[in-house]
Amino acid sequence: MATVTVPAQTEQLGRLTELLHQQLEGTSCPSKTVLALELVLEEAFVNIATHAYTQDGGRVSFSCQVDKQLGLVTLCFKDQGVPFDPLIRLEPDITLSAAERPIGGLGIYLIKKTMDKCNYAYNQGYNILTLTKRIR
Amino acid sequence: MKLTKTQDNDALTCCISGRLDTVTSPDLIKEITILPAEIKLLVLDFEGLEYISSAGIRAVLTAQKKMGKQGALKLRHVCPAVQEVFELTGFADILDIEK
Repeated sequence: MATVTVPAQTEQLGRLTELLHQQLEGTSCPSKTVLALELVLEEAFVNIATHAYTQDGGRVSFSCQVDKQLGLVTLCFKDQGVPFDPLIRLEPDITLSAAERPIGGLGIYLIKKTMDKCNYAYNQGYNILTLTKRIR
Repeated sequence: MKLTKTQDNDALTCCISGRLDTVTSPDLIKEITILPAEIKLLVLDFEGLEYISSAGIRAVLTAQKKMGKQGALKLRHVCPAVQEVFELTGFADILDIEK
């Protein structure tokens, strides 16, 4: 498992993506799945960077672990922002027309649709979001 | 992200390649904002676009809402990975995506 801790700012996304790619090296993860994981990574991180902290900001820890035997990748996000479970958000109504669709709310929906398992916990002041996906 | 524009009378084609994500999407939104009212057809040519996130979808939706009032929006050369994101989010039904 590898971890990187960064300021909760969207410009830091590249550092997380770099870690993801490092961990996926040599795993024969299909490129389609790599793109899907990058998407989930972006959605989860941007949500935290946008909403977790007040103006003073804070930090986010991102961990990525690959279990080569089981063919599983686990992404874990930890922040000390406002307690918030993103998984209980109402899903956006994806049947609405363009005029009716609100702009936003898609990030967590994409995460849930992409990952095989999503788990949220609030523990000792930390929001902990754990996401798992089969990569082969 | 790379964005190039070509205008032909009241049709504007934006060729967008690379990635439409949280960092690059504001550039597309800016182009949408300054789009003149005379443009009746906006074509987003996604040849070379390999990745789109919800931020990118939001930018496309902004274009759809604007062009819905003054004309039409078409998407072209959407690669399978990007098409899948449109389908997952239900936007494949809303947007005019050329096969």
